[in-house]
Amino acid sequence: MNLLTQPVGVSHFLVIGAVMFVTGALCMATKRNALGILMGIELVLNGANINFVAFGSPYLREESLGLDGQLIALFVIVLAAAEAAVALAIALNFYNNHTTIDVDQADELKG
Amino acid sequence: MLDAINWHSFFFLLFGALTCAFALGVLLSSNVVRMAFYLVISLASTAALFILAGATFVGAMQIMIYVGGTLVLLIFGVMLTAQAAFVSMKTKSSDWVLAALGGGMLLALLVVTALSVPEWRSPTRDAGQVAAVAGDSATQLGWSLVGVRVDKSNQPNALLRNGMSGYLLPFEIISMHLLVVLVGAAYLARTRKKVGVRVVGGVDEADSIPSSSMEVVR
Repeated sequence: MNLLTQPVGVSHFLVIGAVMFVTGALCMATKRNALGILMGIELVLNGANINFVAFGSPYLREESLGLDGQLIALFVIVLAAAEAAVALAIALNFYNNHTTIDVDQADELKG
Repeated sequence: MLDAINWHSFFFLLFGALTCAFALGVLLSSNVVRMAFYLVISLASTAALFILAGATFVGAMQIMIYVGGTLVLLIFGVMLTAQAAFVSMKTKSSDWVLAALGGGMLLALLVVTALSVPEWRSPTRDAGQVAAVAGDSATQLGWSLVGVRVDKSNQPNALLRNGMSGYLLPFEIISMHLLVVLVGAAYLARTRKKVGVRVVGGVDEADSIPSSSMEVVR
């Protein structure tokens, strides 16, 4: 009830961001499907974005990052789109060459 | 009792819970199609969180670029590789134990850090008063991308007044980056003849490719 009646602060956003970051990192670590790893990367980037937006929010802090936080979040969104396009192309190439999407099989360069 | 509820906090908790629950769904599900669906909901709720933090333009872009673009791309990837063997791939239980240990420690560290600063726990400004001052940030974002920081001109703190030059150069760099990356992605993903010809089941796959199609590829 305390959470419902009190206004939220930066910490609350940081906790959500932390949960997203950790789930994304674990996704990258545990998934065997290359596309699952890509989804983990998206989650990590969004967890970071929540932090940037929270620190830049005019609602939450008097002297916040201001517009810089929102701008960095925008740049991250655009870079994530570019990253997803290249990573997907690599994954499809891998799938065409090896007829599998399991990253455990991607050990041809292993010494 | 209904009067006591802070609706900003209520919607924050609602969308925060949705974000975390479906992020966990992405982690715990082993079906890649379900993971893609959970990711859509998680990222859409993140957009709602951005809007609740006052970044309305970033929230709109999150929905348009992320949910509308990046995730559609991912879902196409899922559909193109969705053979029965790859839709559901199980992780070893020993990996799960290690992941839970490491992830739990990292999460505990991050949450303790986030809650450790007293100034971060509650907002220092009154939301109603800020809404009138801050207004819409889309215009300011557009100006700062062409190199003018209209938001910094009346900043009283000299330390925060740094970086008046705006974001014109990063904007140009990111434009070129996006162009080069998308051309590269199209080049990488194009169809071509198989590079490493594998022998599957005693039949050389190179024999099964019609010679005419190989000439077209060259």
